[in-house]
Parts: sequence; C-alpha cells; structure tokens
Amino acid sequence: MSLQQPTERLRLSGITKEYPGCLANDAIDLVVLPGETHALLGENGAGKSTLMKIIYGVVRPDAGTITWQGEKVQISGPAHARQLGVGMVFQHFSLFETLTVAENIALSLPAEESRDMEALSRRIREISEHYGMALDPDRHVHTLSVGAQQRVEIVRCLLQDIRLLILDEPTSVLTPQEVRELFRTLKTLAAEGVSILFISHKLDEVTELCNAATVLRNGKVTGNCNPQDVTSEDLARMMVGDDTPLNQNYQKAQGGNTALQIKALNFRPEDPFGVTIEGLNLEVKAGEILGIAGVAGNGQDELCALLSGEEMSAAGEINLLGNNISRLLPEARRKLGFAFVPEERLGRGAVPNMSLVDNALLSASHRGLKKNGWINYGKVRDYALQVIDKYNVKCANEDAQAKSLSGGNLQKFIIGREIEQKPKLLVCSHPTWGVDIGAAILIRHALINLRDEGSAIVVVSEDIDELYQISDRIGAICDGKLSPVRPTNEVGIETLGQWMAGQFSNGGEAAHA
Amino acid sequence: MLKLEKRQSDSRLMGYMSPVIAIVMTLICGALLFAFLGHNPGEALYTFFITPLEDTYGWTELGVKVAPLLLCAMGLTLCYRAQIWNIGAEGQFIMGALGGGYAALQFLDAESSWVLVPVLLAGAASGLAWGGIAALLKTRFNANEILTTIMLNYIALNLLLWAVHGPLKDPGGFNFPESAMFADAAILPLFSDSYRLNISILFALFFMVAIWTLMARSWVGYQIHVMGEDAKAAKYAGFSSKTLTWVVLLACGALAGLAGVSEVSGPIGQLVPQLSPGYGYAAIIVVFLGRMHPLGILLASMLLALTFMGGEMVQIQLSLPKSLTGLFQGMLLFFLLAADLLISYRIVFQPRTARA
Repeated sequence: MSLQQPTERLRLSGITKEYPGCLANDAIDLVVLPGETHALLGENGAGKSTLMKIIYGVVRPDAGTITWQGEKVQISGPAHARQLGVGMVFQHFSLFETLTVAENIALSLPAEESRDMEALSRRIREISEHYGMALDPDRHVHTLSVGAQQRVEIVRCLLQDIRLLILDEPTSVLTPQEVRELFRTLKTLAAEGVSILFISHKLDEVTELCNAATVLRNGKVTGNCNPQDVTSEDLARMMVGDDTPLNQNYQKAQGGNTALQIKALNFRPEDPFGVTIEGLNLEVKAGEILGIAGVAGNGQDELCALLSGEEMSAAGEINLLGNNISRLLPEARRKLGFAFVPEERLGRGAVPNMSLVDNALLSASHRGLKKNGWINYGKVRDYALQVIDKYNVKCANEDAQAKSLSGGNLQKFIIGREIEQKPKLLVCSHPTWGVDIGAAILIRHALINLRDEGSAIVVVSEDIDELYQISDRIGAICDGKLSPVRPTNEVGIETLGQWMAGQFSNGGEAAHA
Repeated sequence: MLKLEKRQSDSRLMGYMSPVIAIVMTLICGALLFAFLGHNPGEALYTFFITPLEDTYGWTELGVKVAPLLLCAMGLTLCYRAQIWNIGAEGQFIMGALGGGYAALQFLDAESSWVLVPVLLAGAASGLAWGGIAALLKTRFNANEILTTIMLNYIALNLLLWAVHGPLKDPGGFNFPESAMFADAAILPLFSDSYRLNISILFALFFMVAIWTLMARSWVGYQIHVMGEDAKAAKYAGFSSKTLTWVVLLACGALAGLAGVSEVSGPIGQLVPQLSPGYGYAAIIVVFLGRMHPLGILLASMLLALTFMGGEMVQIQLSLPKSLTGLFQGMLLFFLLAADLLISYRIVFQPRTARA
C-alpha cells in the first residue's frame, strides 16, 4: 500500500512514545480502512491504551506521523480529534449521573448545537433507534443500566459526523445480552462505512466482530491478520509469544462432600452504597469450582467480605467443614483452611510499599511463619521465594515493593500465596481481571490443580467466558440475591444472562433443595 | 520549565538525602537570619552548633537532653508507623513527671534507692494513662487523635500548674510554685559527680533497641506496620485496628511518661512549672528527621538536643533570644517536609515547546 491511496481512513507510521522507564509504543504502523472493524490486541502494558490516546489526541507521540484520510495531521487534542470525526468510548464512562441523557450529550457538543434541546432530543431518538440502541433522552443517567450508559457514550459520538469510533474494552461491563446488542450496533455502523477500532482481551469477540487485527507486544507490532481467517488460538499465540501453554480445556469435576455451607445469611452494610444481603444460601463441595457471575456491585464484595471475616453477618450461618465460622476473626478462619484472593490487589491483597517478603507474611503467618509473637523471617523469605518461583512471578527480587510489579505478576504472587497455604476453601474475586493472557492461563491452571487436589473453590467474576471455562457449577448474584446454582454445562448463556439481570424465582439454591 | 514527575518507585537515596537537604537549608536560612539580626553568620552558627560541644561537659549535657527526646521519639515512632498521629508526647511527658513526682513526694524520707522503682513506675503509668485517654477517644468515639492529643497536652500542662501552685507546693518553699526537693534516694544515679548525666540515657538506649527489635522482628510490630501502610490490607489480614491503636498509644504514653519522670527525678529534682522545654514536640521532628529508623532517630535526637543547647548558648554569648531554638526546629521540619516530596517525585526540565 502506498501513501497516495486515498481510501485509507487512518494510517499511523513509526509512532513512538516513551514514558520514563518504559517505551510504550515503538515505531508502530497501523492502517485502518473505511468500514473496517479493526481489533487491537495485546496483553496489559503492550501499549494499546497509549496508542489510542495518541489517535484521540490526548497524548502526543515523540515520533511518527498520523495520516487521516490521506492527509498528514497533527492532532492537537480530543476536540480536534472529534472535529476530524474520531470518537472514543472509554472504559470508564464520563457521564454526570444527576443529569439526563440529553443534557449529558449536550455538554459534549459545541455551544451552537446544544442550544435547542428539543431538536437534540429528537436527534438522539432518531440516531439511537436507527442503530438499535433505544435511549430515552429525558431519563436521568443514574437510572440507566451500565449497558445503557455505554449507549449514551456511543450515541454521543454518533451525533457528530463520525468516521472512526474507538472502543476501549467495551464489553467488560456488559451482560451477554448487552454484548450482543452492542455488536449489532457496531455491525450496522461498519456497514455504513464507519471504521471501528476495538480493544479487547476477549478473543472470541474479536473473531466474531472484527475483520482486521493488529497485535501488540511490548510496545511493538508483532502481527497483523484477519481474525476471520485464523482461530482464537492463533490470535492468543501472537499475543503471548511462543513459550506459553494455551491449553484451556478443563475437565469438569463432580465434587465430593460439602466443604462450605451458607445458611440464611443476612447482612446490612454500613456503607450507604453497599448491597444488602438477605437470606442467602449456598453450598460448595470439596473438589469443585463454583462460579458466581454478576455485574459489579450486586453484592459480590459483601459476600466475599462476609466469607473472609472482614465483615460480620447480622444473622445466618457459614459452615466450613462443619465448623460455624460466621463469628470467627479472619485469622481463625484461615487456620481452619480458608484462603481469599480479594478483588483489589494493591491496597488489600498486598501492601503497596512493602516488599514481597513482607507481603508473603500478610495472610500466611499461621503456616508456621511465626512463633510466640516473633516472626521467623528466614521461613517467610523461603515462602516468598517458593511462591515467586512456582508461579513465575516476574520481579526484581523478593525485596521488591509490591507496587513495582505489574498487575498480572502481583496477582500471580497473591494467588500463589493463597494456594500454597493448601486451603480447604479458596475464595477468588475476579482472579484474572485486567491480567494478561499468559498470567490468566497460569492462574486458571493453578485453580484447576487446587480443585483436583480436593479443595473447594468459589470464583466470583464478571468474566463469563472464564466462569464457563473453569466452573463446575455456576450461578449468578443480583442485588444481593443468589440465583439457583446448576452444573455449568446445563446453564446456557441465555439463562445465565437472565440470572445476572435478576430474573430467577427465589434466592435459594433450587438445584440442591 | 520545571515540572514535577512521579517516580516509578520511591527513591531510597532521596529518603536518606532529604534530612541532609533539610539540615543544609536550615543552616543557610539560619545564617541569613543571623546576618539580618546583625551578627556574623559564621560566628553565630558556630556559637549555636559547635560551642556547646567543645568540652566533655557539653557532651554529657547533650546526653541529658538526648535521653528524654529519644524516649519520646521511640514511642512516637510506634504511633507514626501505625499512622496514629499522636502529638501528645508532651502531655504524656508532663503527666509522667507529675505522677512520678507525686510518688517521689510521698517518700521524702527515703534512704534506699529502691524508692526509684515505685517513682519510675508511677511516672510511666501516668503517661500510659494519658495515652490511654486518647486511645479511648479514638477507638470508642472515632475522635481525631491529632486534636485530642493536642488538647490533652494543654490539660496536662494546666494540671501540673495547678499541682505546683496548690496541693504539691512545697510548704517550706516561700510560696514559690515548686514542690519540695525529692529525697536523694529518689534521684536517678549519676555516672559522675562532675556531670548531670544520669542513667536515664541507658533507659533510652535500651528502649531504642527494644522497639527496633519489636518493629523489625515481632508479629505485633508487623501488624503495626501493615496497619499504617494500608488499612484495607490490615483488615483483609484480620488485624484489629482498635487493639493496635491501644497498643501504640499506651506504649508511647508509657515511654513519654518515663522520660518525664526521669527528668524530674534527674536533672531537676523537684516539680516545677517549666519542666519541659518542649521535648514532646521536638520528638516529633526527631522521628521524621530520623526516617523512623532507630539509628536515624538517635542521630536526629542528638541534633535536636543540640538546638536546645545552642539556643541557650546564643542567649548567653550573643544575647539573642532563646526562642531561636524553636525557630531552628521549625525550619528543620519545614524543609524536611518539603524535601520529602522528592522521594516519590522528581524534578524534570521540560522544554517549553512540548505543549503549545
């Protein structure tokens, strides 16, 4: 392809951006054609976000040129980018919850366009209906579901004459139904000639939606392909390199005796934004992984904190191998075989400013690492080294501060620290959230191994593919209530989506009554 | 154009350099100050920092002042590690002096040095109780410990003033607001009759090592550290923040109380209205200047002790006010806090052209 070809919508050549201590983008070339849905793939820290910010004018490249519809441009900022016809939907929405949909959209428009609110409402209605994303312009944003809020962001981009739409991990917050609706919209847009840059970790989505892909690794382009012609495995291989095993087909397990039994658990949070849990029942067997799906903020955090002992329930029983642990402190629960991987890695699962050695001690002290109130640092160091070695944690050394590790490596460390305690019950909250593929595979392997050794595992996650992959039984939580829990291969994605939206008969565990 | 940029990880070097920068800046500003006051800066600084240490007596006097500073500072280190911002070492120091002094006044006829045991214990217990009030308010009512401990400092000071003007006033003391002189047996033993340095410096060094060990090796020390660094991680691990708050405030109170009683049953020998030149406050600066590390704290307490002596020296030799001590201590803390910014940030030069 030559520079003269005017059919190209966007061409980046030699884009380089260096941050202190890190070359985020290293001579990146990228071509996006009109009507093309182009996936940008790569592990965390591969440089995807930086590249998107460069295209949207948030960040300026150190070197390289941007050619927009055949003309060289210097994008001076997001306003300039929007003027050119570039729209971007960020992972975290920038909406005012107390304003209506139309008011939110008006805020991002030039003053002359936002004066006539009625005309604007009409346009919002027209556009949203045209693309199959029904939106009521007069609704307040805080009353909308997460999926609908995302539609507001997209419609906001579409109101302008848009040529290129950038979506940063748009599906990570959506239920399966919402994902399908989003994809329909995106396909309509593409058919009308709009180019789409789609960032995602989920390879199935990429193969379903995209007809071009660029793979980044360590700030460099490592591959180009058409996802329609290759398999998800090929894409994964390009992302992680050649030395990571990709096998992800796990046998489902039956499970044995009951390890964890929760009866009629009640909890009223002090936090006004917390979720109330009422009459929650759950049974987990030894040697099985039980997956709990759900959109964030539906009681997952509260359930985990009640299990770990960080919060105490108002009423109900939590039985771990026959011991009622509901009134025990966290350390006493751990002594009985409980282990917990919290959602927040830095600032809960690990102390950011402390070394890995000190962090190894955080939850594992009861494994003979202390005696009569004195710490045996020799053993603690051995334990930290064991975890670092066995879980392939990349760090300067065991004295490195936890905050100096990448998210994936820190998560491997925390998971390793919990698993090496040989727990009878492991609770994992979002075990691979924001973690690169290589680390995610390692973490899933470790969980399966622990299951096969006879431990009970509860995985709380928003990543449905992952839950289907590793869970032996699956359920969903919505507004503090638990759906029925059934063997994973009996629960279709439709049913699970309904459960996640709260459409189930009662809060009990029907399958086990 | 200068710009601050966050470092990827904290600079260890700047952690050590920051106190040095603070000291240098304090000296520069001190020199300017002396110049504006009409004194030769070099000479005045010499009088402030060097003259006090030109003879053995000066060094022993340094020890006399290091002992209370070091005891208070080690107690405060525990609190600050746990991010409990106890400003109340001064009040705990005064209460220790008052409680211990009260005990000493019950034994005015004592002959045996064993009397020191109840005196010192009474002092430590009084300081501990004073720290306990702050702990109770914090854990029971979630009252901000910075405010409560500052207020408790004033209450302690006024209790002392009331005591020496009232119930504990020496009946044979010509109505001076002072207690009777303690019995010789209730005075801490000296190393030599020529100097005022007593064995309280050994208490201070002992507790320095003890708390160092506690923080570096013990489970409770680890818990304190985690709680201070990351309250959510402490909760995750199941550490009780209430218990730890009690532990650090009681321990600090007891140490500051011991420092207080050592002062009245040491160099002073009786209860007087001005029994602390501000050791409890200066100890706060000691902790930060010493990077919360015991050896650093030892050096920092020597420097702060020197500022007390230097203040007296410029008053005697240059007839400048003794309050220069407070000024130098204030500048030290000010520059230290400013320089600490460079631990997690660095200054970069950015050409103006980068952003139009």
